[in-house]
Amino acid sequence: MLTAQLLYGLTGCLIVALGLRTVLLHASLLHRVVAINVLGAGVFMILVAIAYRGPGVPPDPIPHALVLTGIVVAVSATALALALARRLTAEQSND
Amino acid sequence: MTDALIWLVAMPLAAALATLLLPRHASVVVIITGVVTTLAGGILLFAVGTQGALSYEIGGWTAGLGIALRADGLSALLLLMTALVMLAASIYASAYFSKAVERARFWPLWLLLWTSLNALLLSGDLFNLYVTLELLGLSAVVLASLGGKTAAVAAALRYLLVGLLGSMLFLAGVSLIYAGYGTLDIAALAHLIEPGPVTWTALALMTAGLLLKTALFPLHFWLPPAHASAPAPVSAVLSALVVKVAFYLVLRLWLDVFAAVVTGAAANLLGVLGAGAVLWGSWRALRAERLKLLAAYSTVAQLGYLFLFFPLLQALPSGPARDAAVGGLVILALTHGFAKAGLFMAIGVIQQRCGHDSIRDLDGTAQRLPATTFAIALAGVALIGLPPSGAFLGKWQLLAGSFATGQWLWILVTVAGSLLAAAYIFRVLGHAFGHQAYPQRPVTVAREEWPALVLTAMAMVGLGLAGAPVWRLLEGGL
Repeated sequence: MLTAQLLYGLTGCLIVALGLRTVLLHASLLHRVVAINVLGAGVFMILVAIAYRGPGVPPDPIPHALVLTGIVVAVSATALALALARRLTAEQSND
Repeated sequence: MTDALIWLVAMPLAAALATLLLPRHASVVVIITGVVTTLAGGILLFAVGTQGALSYEIGGWTAGLGIALRADGLSALLLLMTALVMLAASIYASAYFSKAVERARFWPLWLLLWTSLNALLLSGDLFNLYVTLELLGLSAVVLASLGGKTAAVAAALRYLLVGLLGSMLFLAGVSLIYAGYGTLDIAALAHLIEPGPVTWTALALMTAGLLLKTALFPLHFWLPPAHASAPAPVSAVLSALVVKVAFYLVLRLWLDVFAAVVTGAAANLLGVLGAGAVLWGSWRALRAERLKLLAAYSTVAQLGYLFLFFPLLQALPSGPARDAAVGGLVILALTHGFAKAGLFMAIGVIQQRCGHDSIRDLDGTAQRLPATTFAIALAGVALIGLPPSGAFLGKWQLLAGSFATGQWLWILVTVAGSLLAAAYIFRVLGHAFGHQAYPQRPVTVAREEWPALVLTAMAMVGLGLAGAPVWRLLEGGL
């Protein structure tokens, strides 16, 4: 079952690469906020793949805990980014 | 003595809640926090100096599962600097924000920033470092956006996106380390680490993330707008402390955790980027039209000097010469922290009293605000690196290391950067002197002017003349 773990891990790397590409190349703000979340999902997928320890063995709980914390951080950061973006749009339409 | 470790994190965190619940008594709470954390920082520094590194496991959970707080000479020095700079900046901020509404919004975020700075410097494992980096980034972004104008919000948003990208790259590196070694504990990793593709990729990802956060040239593009459009007390802390703790992490990773796998070529790359930062940052500071932009570009340049040390430390064999260079690096970072915080506060005083911070129109500022102009001059001496500032000792070690290892390029960069720094500081002072009469008392607005004076004097006399303990504290570490 090692191949399954490898498959998930490599998919995670691919998602990270896709997210990184959009963050670096797209100028649109919303694109970049979404892309950073995609990048984060890739990192979380790698962490979930790392936690796998073979069939019948319970997975390693530490990477799972890291993913949970990471998701909380990503959600709050996204909320802040959207709030700032809204304020920016409001201020720009005022000017 | 481990109590000091807990107080350093618990005190600002509790105070953040207290200021949220009791906004009327916020100023008192903040000043008490400043005094307690400064005392705790002083006690910690003394304890680390006499007993060596300290650690504490929160709730008795062993490292690996629980959260460990650790302090050695390097982190204790930075913690004490953080406490002193934050205390002075808090006193200044209580005068800077004249409206109660502004202060009520400001203090809880300010104290959360303070908590995350201390927690980052005390973290003993890579994942807690990621969490504290994120907390620091989020609170710093909101504080930077308090400038209110459209430019401040736009700069804060860019700062947030860059910071998020940096932390995600850092987290990707952390997950590779866990996959390779099964632990995130820094002390344990330092013994386990060995060269290999996983280790190199992990180090490259973490370093790339941190270089974004510490704004090393050419990844500095977000720093000048964010630092220049934030309110003055926030700019002071962003430039003096927030980028500095990201640099602390680079230092920790390269010289401590990953010391066994760092190659000369990689260290040279950091040195070349540092040289680019020194030259480009100083040049842009010289061309800046606004004081705050000048100070922000000067931060880009000053961080560059710190990276010039990496190729030297890689080339020097362990021994007295290398220890001297490490001490020089740390004292340069500390001096910049005090001097830059003081400089931003002094600029804030000018901006509020004169209504602008345009360098061309400073005419007569030296007569109207003599103490503040003096603080700018003191900060300038420290940024140029003239004696008796701590930066002189740091640059001396930089030059000595370059001579010893025959790396001539860094000498040229240091000399060029120092000349440019002299030029941009004297340009400001030249515009500041006018023909008006001096006032009777040099300090006109005490609560606003004293913090900058004290901090810049620390950079000058405190670190320059009494800097020897820095070297003693770093013995055996790094």
